[in-house]
Amino acid sequence: MHDLSNLGPRIILGFGDGGIFVTETVFFAIIIAITMSFLAFWMTHNMQRQPKGKQVVAEFIVQGIYKLVEDTMGKHNSNFAPYIGTLFIFLLFANSLGLLGFRPVTADVNTAFALSLTTAFLIQYHGFRTMGFIGKIKHMSSPYPFMFPLKVIEELSFPISLGFRLFGNILGGAIVMALLFTSLETASEALHLPIPLLQAVIPLPGNIFFDIFEPILQAFIFTMLTMVFISMEIFIIGDEHDH
Amino acid sequence: MPLLTPAGFVLGMSALSAACIGLAAVGIGLGQGFAAGKAVEGVARQPEAQGDILKTMLVGQAVAETTGIFAFLISMILLFVNPLVGML
Repeated sequence: MHDLSNLGPRIILGFGDGGIFVTETVFFAIIIAITMSFLAFWMTHNMQRQPKGKQVVAEFIVQGIYKLVEDTMGKHNSNFAPYIGTLFIFLLFANSLGLLGFRPVTADVNTAFALSLTTAFLIQYHGFRTMGFIGKIKHMSSPYPFMFPLKVIEELSFPISLGFRLFGNILGGAIVMALLFTSLETASEALHLPIPLLQAVIPLPGNIFFDIFEPILQAFIFTMLTMVFISMEIFIIGDEHDH
Repeated sequence: MPLLTPAGFVLGMSALSAACIGLAAVGIGLGQGFAAGKAVEGVARQPEAQGDILKTMLVGQAVAETTGIFAFLISMILLFVNPLVGML
């Protein structure tokens, strides 16, 4: 349940005169990181040759991520799978925190931009590494040299649109859910219900859409776009070798 | 007391423009619906490629959604952190 009068994340810990503080975004991001590490250690602890129980789930997740990466980026690029998988699972947890009644971590513009800038850095790094500096400039000014400024704008606008897409979708869902909860609270107060029955049942479809479907979709889209743009930078040089 | 204070005028106009930004949803709805329709055609013609078509459709729709997200952000800025009132 979010406060509609203030859109930003709340400050839950302040040090000194309040100049240094910890917002709930950072707090929940750390909790998610600890949960993910704990799950990873716990699921891969005491592994058997014949998998059973938690090991089956862990193998299912890892194999699924490797298959997705190999299908999208090619068989020889499966070394991206750990990063992509971590990104996907983190986004899955971070987006669906609204299910527990907290503020989603990615409904903060800082988180969304940290992730999208990491992706943009990876894209540029692999572009320069596979093509070289001169090759990258040549690639950007092909087929005509006057395309160069357009390509620069395109590459600069990619992290902005990627970050804002994640942030806007999750924040929009959080605002819609907050509006729904506030209106139902007002309604059940006006009806003098002893138990707030209206808020218990009616928002469930909204929860399913905004806290389960949308997080999965946004996590998938974010990782998918990351993979597609990295493999575009890698594949271009491979195509030129074939000719 | 004047009928219309400057701050009231700015706030009202901000709310009106934030509502008008909702028109951006028309374009996104058309674009995403078009993409989904074409995907249905593709699946009907080639049912075995359903997974790939679904993946491509979702990514394409997400990219088409960007303009709407920008419009949403602008309306959120106008409604919640209105910079125009501070300029008075």
